[in-house]
Amino acid sequence: MKFVDEFRDAAAVRTLIAQVRATITRPWTIMEVCGGQTHTIVRYGLDELLPGEVTLVHGPGCPVCVTPIEMIDLAIELSKRPGLTLCSFGDMLRVPGSGCDLSDARAAGADVRVVYSPLDALDLARREPSREVVFFAVGFETTAPTTAMAVRQAARLNIPNFSIIAAHVRVPPAIEAILSSGDNRVQGFLAAGHVCTVMGIDEYRPLVEKFKVPIVVTGFEPVDLLQGVAMCVAQLEQGRAEVENQYARSVRNEGNVTARDLIAEVFTFVDRRWRGLDTVPKGALGLSDRYAAYDAIQRFGLTPAPANEPVECRAGDVLRGLLKPAQCPAFGSRCTPDHPLGAPMVSAEGACAAYFRAGRLAAAATEAK
Amino acid sequence: MSDSNRNGSPASLSCPSPAPKGEVIVLGHGSGGRLTTELVSRIFLPALSNPVLDRLNDSAEMKVGASRVVFTTDSFVVNPLRFPGGDIGSLAVNGTVNDLAVAGGQPIGLSAAFILEEGFAIAELEIIAQSMRTAAERAGVAIVAADTKVVEHGKADGLFITTSGIGVVAGSIELGPERIRVGDAVLVSGPIGDHGIAVMSAREGLEFQTTIVSDSAPLNGLVSLMLASGGAIRCMRDPTRGGVATVINELAKSSGVEIVIEETAVPVRNGVRAACEILGLDPLYVACEGRLVAIVESADADKVLAAMRRYPLGADSCRIGTVTRSGAPRVLLGTAFGTTRLLDVLAGAQLPRIC
Repeated sequence: MKFVDEFRDAAAVRTLIAQVRATITRPWTIMEVCGGQTHTIVRYGLDELLPGEVTLVHGPGCPVCVTPIEMIDLAIELSKRPGLTLCSFGDMLRVPGSGCDLSDARAAGADVRVVYSPLDALDLARREPSREVVFFAVGFETTAPTTAMAVRQAARLNIPNFSIIAAHVRVPPAIEAILSSGDNRVQGFLAAGHVCTVMGIDEYRPLVEKFKVPIVVTGFEPVDLLQGVAMCVAQLEQGRAEVENQYARSVRNEGNVTARDLIAEVFTFVDRRWRGLDTVPKGALGLSDRYAAYDAIQRFGLTPAPANEPVECRAGDVLRGLLKPAQCPAFGSRCTPDHPLGAPMVSAEGACAAYFRAGRLAAAATEAK
Repeated sequence: MSDSNRNGSPASLSCPSPAPKGEVIVLGHGSGGRLTTELVSRIFLPALSNPVLDRLNDSAEMKVGASRVVFTTDSFVVNPLRFPGGDIGSLAVNGTVNDLAVAGGQPIGLSAAFILEEGFAIAELEIIAQSMRTAAERAGVAIVAADTKVVEHGKADGLFITTSGIGVVAGSIELGPERIRVGDAVLVSGPIGDHGIAVMSAREGLEFQTTIVSDSAPLNGLVSLMLASGGAIRCMRDPTRGGVATVINELAKSSGVEIVIEETAVPVRNGVRAACEILGLDPLYVACEGRLVAIVESADADKVLAAMRRYPLGADSCRIGTVTRSGAPRVLLGTAFGTTRLLDVLAGAQLPRIC
């Protein structure tokens, strides 16, 4: 398959591994930001192919994982209201709130529906004018433009029964939060290629200057990731700290201007608590004043109630790259995809789920060789 | 015990501790994954346990006088009712024929029970009934008993069909996971995932253009040729809900062996691969309705493959893996890069990714 096979080519992978081996002289810790990248790494065992000097730690780039528990509780509470339909992406249904999850709410009679686009939720609102339709909008800058499009369309077409729980988050403030924390050990980043496809790469230049860390915008296929690692290691070895673009086939310096304009029109940067990172200044997107009428939290007069994470769940440390999923005492025993303690064990992009699915329980794969 | 929830709706997981588990059915219980297994072992087996059911095969084998018969039942709740390459009617016939066929049974008769929702178009029902007839004729079997019930509007999603079937097993045929040995070859009868992607492409809310049509087809003709090849076939399964990865896990578990699948050897059509890439699905977990997985003695693999390839439905058959050792029931996947990972059973159904 074109545009896929060449980026999963075994010979290219071997060449890049050899390139990293030839360049590296000492240990480096590199974080891949996006959960999709984590899954490729674990799925193909790329971390096992890389020399021991490279430690890959997995970043907070799983939108479901970083959505704070009180926001999930709000969505569950809202879904139970009569005459209201709550729509979200499939992943969100299985994420534990403080009591239960959205799929439990659905089994108990709530009208919770999976959509593949916010525009489908808007369409539902148009077809069923007597129901309130709320879209639980999660995701990074990648999915924010389609949510923005749905909100703008709702305003233009005057669809009053549509609203959103705005839970979109932004990558650069999260990188800044990780670098600013006292226990940070990340020395270089592979930035999320699809986020940069929308936002461009200029947002990362101030971070590189302030913290003197290399940031390589990287794609999602095995060859992309290894090339990103090779570029990052080269910078680290040479003492450089620059923004480089490995994913140039998708990412332009300025990003997607139309999508950025849409985000700027509909959203505004707000401070919000992230699971694992506490409050991230300007780390989230809230609706701008012009579109505040489409904010479900205001419309239905909801107040987020403080909620506690399960004590045993170390998702916060995993999301900051301080702990590998398999190092968590609950991993694979009291926390599994069937009975998750935290979101990273649920989501298709969660690091714990990636480790569990690839069988990284007791080095099962290496034992078999 | 065979049960079905073939609309592939999103799965669900239980509440996290310390909150108590809600004691209601969630969609994940019908996904064919771990939650289904849990439900069967917690509720149905304790209540209904007997030596035949307890084997949990696709078909139950029983002795009637000197003959061996296999018996199976399956419910069909596919959404949408019609999809590229088939409809709920042909699916219901083929699904039951295939459960008999992979158990070594030649189908001799099927039954069909219809639950109809008030308001369902009779013209639509007529099309589906005709489709069942065509599918039954293709499989060389008749639908010899049927039942109809109607429920109020809103109490069913248009139409549900339950089919049951009886087949006879020739005296010399011995199949079962307990016969699997280290060194055996794992074969698949063609490209995987066509059915799942064809249904998804037709489902509301997920319209995308594809030329992929469902692989829904009766496998009894193919199985007859395989059995006649003289090769030592240990066991067969049709990888429906949960896909190839799930049935191979079932085989590994029930025979206590480790099976290694080579990812690059698994046949997947480009259209299916592309759809899976876009949706973030793994084709190894996507349903087939006209494919089988066979475990065959390694020395006979080529002979059995040659027989399979002579039959149109098996033209693209190939070897995808090997039984590597006993005492460690699990499935590993070898990648193109020489790395290996566990190929596990999913908790529930696969969900399309967010971004």
